[in-house]
Amino acid sequence: MLSRRSLIKTTLGAGTALGTAALLPAWARSAEQGNLGLPTLTGTQFDLTIDQFPVRLDGRAGLATGINGTLPGPLVRFREGDDITINVTNNLEEDTSIHWHGLLVPFYMDGVPGVAFPGIKPGETFTYRWNLNHSGTYWYHSHSGLQEQLGHYGPLIIDPKSPDPFAYDREYVLVLSDWSFESPHRIFSKLKKMSDSYNYNQRTLPDFLADASDKGLGAALDQRMMWGAMRMSPRDLSDVTGATYTYLINGHATADNWNAIFQPGEKIRLRIINASAMTLFNFRIPGLPMKVVAADGLNLQPVETDEFQIGVAETYDVIVAPETSDTFAMVAESIDRSGQAVATLAPRAGMQASAPALRPVPTLTMADMGMAGHGDMNMSASEDMTGMDHSAMGHGTNAQTSTMDHGAHSMDGGPAPEITRGPGVANVAMMPMSRLDEPGIGLDDQPHRTLSYSQLRSKDANPDLRLPEREIELHLTSNMERYMWSFDGVKFSEVTEPIKFYEGERVRLTMINDTMMPHPIHLHGMFFDLVNGGGHHKPRKHTVIVKPGEKLSIDITANHVGDWAFHCHLLYHMHAGMMQVVSVIGADDAPMHRQMDHDGMDHGDMGKAPPPEPQIGDDMMGHGHGEHDGMTHGEKS
Amino acid sequence: MRKLSKTLLLAMAATLAITPAFAEEDDGTSPPWSQADEYYGREAMSKARADVQHEAGGQTNWFVMADRFETQIFDDEEALVFDAQGWYGGDINKLWVKAEAEYSFEDEDLEDAEIQALWSRAIAPYFDVQAGLRYDLEPKGRTHAVLGVQGLAPYWFEVDAAAFVSTEGDVTARLEAEYELLLTQRLILQPRLEASLSAQDIPDLQLGSGLTSVDAGLRLRYEIVREFAPYIGVEWQSAIGDTADFIEASGGEKDQTALLVGVRTWF
Repeated sequence: MLSRRSLIKTTLGAGTALGTAALLPAWARSAEQGNLGLPTLTGTQFDLTIDQFPVRLDGRAGLATGINGTLPGPLVRFREGDDITINVTNNLEEDTSIHWHGLLVPFYMDGVPGVAFPGIKPGETFTYRWNLNHSGTYWYHSHSGLQEQLGHYGPLIIDPKSPDPFAYDREYVLVLSDWSFESPHRIFSKLKKMSDSYNYNQRTLPDFLADASDKGLGAALDQRMMWGAMRMSPRDLSDVTGATYTYLINGHATADNWNAIFQPGEKIRLRIINASAMTLFNFRIPGLPMKVVAADGLNLQPVETDEFQIGVAETYDVIVAPETSDTFAMVAESIDRSGQAVATLAPRAGMQASAPALRPVPTLTMADMGMAGHGDMNMSASEDMTGMDHSAMGHGTNAQTSTMDHGAHSMDGGPAPEITRGPGVANVAMMPMSRLDEPGIGLDDQPHRTLSYSQLRSKDANPDLRLPEREIELHLTSNMERYMWSFDGVKFSEVTEPIKFYEGERVRLTMINDTMMPHPIHLHGMFFDLVNGGGHHKPRKHTVIVKPGEKLSIDITANHVGDWAFHCHLLYHMHAGMMQVVSVIGADDAPMHRQMDHDGMDHGDMGKAPPPEPQIGDDMMGHGHGEHDGMTHGEKS
Repeated sequence: MRKLSKTLLLAMAATLAITPAFAEEDDGTSPPWSQADEYYGREAMSKARADVQHEAGGQTNWFVMADRFETQIFDDEEALVFDAQGWYGGDINKLWVKAEAEYSFEDEDLEDAEIQALWSRAIAPYFDVQAGLRYDLEPKGRTHAVLGVQGLAPYWFEVDAAAFVSTEGDVTARLEAEYELLLTQRLILQPRLEASLSAQDIPDLQLGSGLTSVDAGLRLRYEIVREFAPYIGVEWQSAIGDTADFIEASGGEKDQTALLVGVRTWF
C-alpha cells in the first residue's frame, strides 16, 4: 500500500521530471526523455532570445535569466569555416550580451560591453557574424552584470572540417554549473560585508584539538599562530559554496539525476564545460578511466587519467569506454567539497548511480601562501608524462633552482615592486613557484591518477615557435577580508591604461598569484601557449588556472588586433575588479604607441625582459619546470 | 586645553566635510581603449566603457550590524543594551555610523545613548582610520570629536580604538577588542573586552582620570544563518580607580556581573 507520504513524493518527483524536461533543450535532457547522444545537426543561422523564466531545480522553484527559455541555453553547433549569423534579442529590462568563450571572432563581435561593443539594449536585436577556422568544444555566456550566475550560458560546438583524430560512437555535453536561489547581487554584497559568509568549512576548536593530539600542542599552536598572524584562513577555498549553491550538470541537480546511456564496448565522448560562476570542480567517474583528448576546444595528445580539476570556463573533452553494463556516477565535486553534482552513465535510461560521499575538506599549506618551496609539491607528474623526456629529466632540481632564484630576486628590490600596494593587497607571494605538476588543491593525495597541466601536450605543433620578445609580469592580488580583487593591486574601475600588445609580437605573460585562491584567468580573442615544458607541443588554452602562490607563464602571439577583455573567470572576482583590457595594437599604429609605452608604462611591463636575441633556455625566468624551447628549437618532438 | 580641543574639533569637522571621492574619473581625457568606437560610435562606447569599469570594482555597498542587542540581567536590575554599526561606501572611503544605548527597565529610563558619524578610510589592508563626531543623547548633550582606528589585528582580533574630545574639553578614550572561537561552524564563543579611559576627572559623569572601567564579556552565539545569531553570555563590569570611588560614594556598585541574552544580526 502506498503511504500518503510516498505518494506525494512520487507525484512531486514526476512533476519535477516533467518540468525539467519541458524546460530543457534536447541536448540537456536525460536519456529517459529521449537524449541518446548529441545529433550532429549543424546550422549557420541561430536566433537566441534572452528572457527571465521560471526553473525548477532540486524540487524548488527559481527564476532564471537565460537563453531561449532554458537553463542551460541551447547547443549552438556549426561547422568550421561556415559563415555564421547569430541574432540575439534582449527581452530583459536591462542590457545584456553574449560572449563566445574561446572563439577567435573579430574583436567587435566578442560581446563584452564597454570593451568590444556597447551591449544589447532592452528590446534590441544584435547580430553577431563570423567565420572561424578552428573547431572544438566551447561555450557562450553573458558578459553583463551578474547574469551568468542566473543561467545565462550554453554550450557551443564547432565541428571540424576534417574529422577529429579519435573515434567515438556517442557523445554528450556536460555543462557543469552552480545555481543559487539567492540573488547574485545579494551574494556579492554579502561577500563585501562579511567575506567568509558562505564558508562552513572553517577550522574549529575541535579541529585544533585533534591537530594537537596528532602533532603535539606546540606544532598545532605554531600552525594556528602562523595563519592567525597572516589573518588568513587555511580553509579559504571557495568564496561561494554549497551553503547557497546547488551544483548542476546540464541543469540537473543530483536529485534530478541527469542520465545518459551507453552500450558496453562503445566509446563515448564527453564534452565537459565548466559554466559555473564561482566553482572549480573536481571531475571523476569512479571506476571508469578517462582519456583526455582536448582542452579548451583544441586537441591534445591523448592522456589517460581518473580525475581532473576543471576551472571555471575551461573545457575538457574525454573519451570513456565502459566495457561492462555497470552504472557509473559522473561526479562534479566543488573544490571546497561543500557539495557536488552527480549524473549517471548507465546501460539503460532512467537509472541512477549512487552518489559517492563528499571527501574530506582539504587544508591549504604554506605553498598556497607563496611562502615556501617545501609545501606539498607533487613530483609525481614526471612519471605520468608521456614522451616528454627533456622536461621530465632533472625537473626536481629545476624546481628548487627556481625557488632559490625567486628568493634572491625578492631580496634585491623587495618582492614585486610593480604592484600598487594599498588596502587592496593583503599579501605578496615571497617565493612563488611553478605548480604545473600539481593537479590542484585537494587532489594530490588521491589513490588514483589525477591530471596536471604539466601532462598536457597539444596534438598539433604550436603555430608560432618564436621565443617571446618581451615578458610582462602580472600579479593576481587581493584582500579577502575586504573582498577586493585586482591585477597588480589596481581594480578595473581604477585602470587608466590597458595592457598593450603589438601586432605580430610574441609576448610572454607571467602571472604570479599573491592570493590564497586559484584563479581561472581568461584572455579573450587569443589562444595562448601554456609554458609547461611541452616544447613545440605546449597546450593551447583560453583559460588557465593559476594556483595560490604560483608563478606561471603563457606565451601569446599578438596577431588578433583589437581590445580584448582579460579577467579572472570567477564572476565575483571580476565584479570586484579582477579584470583588465588587453589592447592588441595594429602594426600601423604600433611604433608610436610602442615608444610611448616604454616611457610611461604602469602595467608591470618589466622592461628588462626583452632580450635582443632569443637566448638559450627561456627557463631563465625560473619556472619550476625546465621549459626547454631554446634547446629544442627546430627539433621535432 | 579648551582651545586645543576646539581646534581639533574644527579640523575633524573639516575632514568630514570633504566628500569622499566615490565618483568615476571624468570623460575629458582620451579613453584607455577605444578600438570598438570605430564600429559602434564614440558616444555609445564611452557610456558602456564607464559602466563596465564602474561595475568591476567601483560599486558602493552598505552594511548594518547589531553586534550586541541584549538584556543584561543583574542581581537587582535589568538593562537593555543596543550596540550597532553600519557603513555605506566603496572599498576605501565609507560613511560609518555607530550607535550605542542602554535602557534600564527599573528606572524606565535611557541611561546611556550616543551616536557617532564617522568618515572611515582604509589606510592598510586590515585597518581603517575613522574621524568624525559623536553626540551623547544621554547623559546630557555633549558632542565629541572622534579619531579612531578600527580593523583586524594579527591573530584575528577585531579592534576598535577611539579618542574623544568633548565640547567641554574633556579627553576620553575607548578600546574594544573581540575574538571569535569557533566551537563548530555555527557555534561561536566570543570573548570581548572593553576598556574606557579618561584624561581628567569628570565629576558630572562620575569619571576619575586614568582607566575608568573595564567590561569583560563572553558570548556564545549560534548562527542559525550567518546573519542571525541568538546568544547567551556573561559580562563582568568593573569601575576602576577614582571612578570606582565616585560610584561607591554615590551608593553604586563598582563591580557587577550580568547574565546576557541577546541576538547578533546583520544585513
